[in-house]
Amino acid sequence: MDLAYSKEDEAFRKTVRTWLKANVPKKDKTLSDLPPNDPRRIQRAKDWQRRLYEAGYVALGWPKAYGGQGDSDIMRQTIVNEELVLARAPGLIGASGLTMLGPTLLQVGSEEQKQRYLPKVLTAEEIWCQGYSEPGSGSDLASLRTRAELVGDAFIVNGQKVWTSGAQFSDRMFCLVRTDPDAPKHRGISYILIDMKTPGVTVRPLVQMTGDAGFNEVFFEDVRVPRENLVGELNQGWLVANATLFHERNMLGSTTRTQLMMQNLIRLARSHSRYGQPVAEDPSIRQQLADLTTRVEAMKYHSLRQLTAATKGRKPGIGAMVNKLVGTELNHDICALALEIMNSYAPLNRRASHVIDNGIWPYEFMFTLGLIIGGGTSQIQKNIISERGLGMPKSR
Amino acid sequence: MDFGLSEEQDLLQQSAREFLTQECPPQFVRALLDDEHGFSPELHRKMAELGWPGLLVPEKFGGLGLGLLDMALLLEEMGRAVVPGPFLFSSALATFALMRGGSSAQKKTWLPRLASGDAIGTLAFLEASDRLDAAGITLKARKKRDGYTLSGTKMFVPFAAVADILVVAVRTSGKSEKGVSLVLVERDAPGLTIRPLDMFDRTRRVYEVRFKQVPVSGFLGKAGKGWKLLAQLQDLACVALSADSLGGAQQALDMAVEYTKVREQFNRPIASFQALKHMAAEMVSEVEPARSLVWYAAYAFDTRAKDASRAASIAKARLSAVYTRTTNKAVQMHGGIGFTWEHDMHFWFKRAKWNEFAFGAAAYHRERVARFDGY
Repeated sequence: MDLAYSKEDEAFRKTVRTWLKANVPKKDKTLSDLPPNDPRRIQRAKDWQRRLYEAGYVALGWPKAYGGQGDSDIMRQTIVNEELVLARAPGLIGASGLTMLGPTLLQVGSEEQKQRYLPKVLTAEEIWCQGYSEPGSGSDLASLRTRAELVGDAFIVNGQKVWTSGAQFSDRMFCLVRTDPDAPKHRGISYILIDMKTPGVTVRPLVQMTGDAGFNEVFFEDVRVPRENLVGELNQGWLVANATLFHERNMLGSTTRTQLMMQNLIRLARSHSRYGQPVAEDPSIRQQLADLTTRVEAMKYHSLRQLTAATKGRKPGIGAMVNKLVGTELNHDICALALEIMNSYAPLNRRASHVIDNGIWPYEFMFTLGLIIGGGTSQIQKNIISERGLGMPKSR
Repeated sequence: MDFGLSEEQDLLQQSAREFLTQECPPQFVRALLDDEHGFSPELHRKMAELGWPGLLVPEKFGGLGLGLLDMALLLEEMGRAVVPGPFLFSSALATFALMRGGSSAQKKTWLPRLASGDAIGTLAFLEASDRLDAAGITLKARKKRDGYTLSGTKMFVPFAAVADILVVAVRTSGKSEKGVSLVLVERDAPGLTIRPLDMFDRTRRVYEVRFKQVPVSGFLGKAGKGWKLLAQLQDLACVALSADSLGGAQQALDMAVEYTKVREQFNRPIASFQALKHMAAEMVSEVEPARSLVWYAAYAFDTRAKDASRAASIAKARLSAVYTRTTNKAVQMHGGIGFTWEHDMHFWFKRAKWNEFAFGAAAYHRERVARFDGY
């Protein structure tokens, strides 16, 4: 055990940090007043990903043949991810393509698919969204009913997807469809790629409790998808999707962000008063803050342990199965304590006078609850941990 | 950056698990519940043959010269097997006190004996006030013509009845940290009496130790300058107990999961019910990240990292809560049988409670973390 980073890694971190300092886009007031889906904001987000890509800091592990850096050093990838958070850099608009579609295509995609799609995922020339959940298929994802009938050399798709993040500005969707309605539910699903501009695709925004419209409903009416857009084998889409789901869970468990949130929470507690007393002097708040600290530290070292296992080529084991469950609940609990600290000021919206920290806490309090549900609810995570991790039998 | 165990450490832990599965199964623990001292000299001797008591002791004194991280792995396995006896207090606490505070003569006298298992040590720290700070140390050491003598009482001294040597926290002057001293007292010294304090965790034994003009056999370090080492011993105890708790929590979880797989109700294994699956998953989601806290705290202690004390408190705060919650759920997952004396689960359930309060409960250490973090 040695927590010191190698000289090379330290030097790399410094280079990344310096680059980010010079290149992370400054907050632009005129833009941040625009609605989140305004084309100018989308363009700016694409420009940022492109710049980061050109500097060599996007998806380092992808092979050079598809536009990647061909750098399999997990440590450097982690350093970039950490520094992005520490630099308060904007999230990447192409995240779904980078973290979910890309790894899936690299694993099971055809050579043509990799060449055609991967380079543009990196440069944000093409933005992808995920078409999994349906109104009738949430936790029971495998029951999905969006139908794709193979007619000649094309699928004809009919049905509906929901909770589709970013569909309103996405160019393409990786989508689960039912190709064999007579097979057992897990064996009649295929994984296909849909051009969002195809006739018959309709996107309708879905407003979240935060007031933002990040999600959408997506309707398909006789949408024609070329057969070559099938990823993996016909009716094997569930296996293909499970690879993607694994990547999604990994994505949701960043501890650098959690550490930053915890620092901000302590700062908040030290600067705010409540009931005639500085909040940080309230014994019950102190206990809660320190308890959260122990949980944040646990996840910090838990992720270092997994990082080490990954660099040594070891299987992550049951430890990695708890990431999504523990990480999302921890983030939400941090926000919940922030609200308790802010008390009467907690519900103030971003534009209200006297608002604290630009209203980020109530926003995150709601948003992080969404993350406890999205990508497999906490209850589904517990099923996975107990069934796959502990070998406890299925409920039925 | 390498936050993982070495091959040697993996091997140490694995062989410890195999040894304890063989030599300290639950029926062995059960037999010791009724033992007068809660101690098996035979098991102690076998562990000594493996070099365990000398794990921390430098090689020149007959030990293995390893660190707290290695010790933590061993203690995790001992917690898993809920091993009765003074090992943690002797081979971690008293031994470390001598390593850090002892004169070369004291080291020469005691470390080889402790390392070989020929002698057992313990730490006499708490008093009736149950305080962990310097003000809690009131046992008076008075200077006489031929050395110091002690008069007063220590409480909750682990395994005093089988110890050969006690590391005693005493007061030589004042009321603050200055004036706290650590002294060595031999258990058969005149004027020393011990009385067992019967408690629900029979795998641990604690005693009231009364001192009536008991001669001190020597000081660990200078008189009045013992607080720093005592504070370090508290950190060490926090890490050691956390490791024990980690192993115990893992074992309780494993036993509960296995039981629910074989126990049938409503014509199916109860492990298929989500109420129980989710309990088990929650236990995993607390135990797995907690493992990394123990590793880090031990590593920080070994490398004398700036945040070593903070890491010790974080580990103790977290593991105190996690072990108790885990054993609580494990008992519930067993249903009625888990509540019986006949079933073994109460060994861990009770050990968890003892570990929770020893050397500061979760709330105490959270407050300490708050201060470390500047609020």
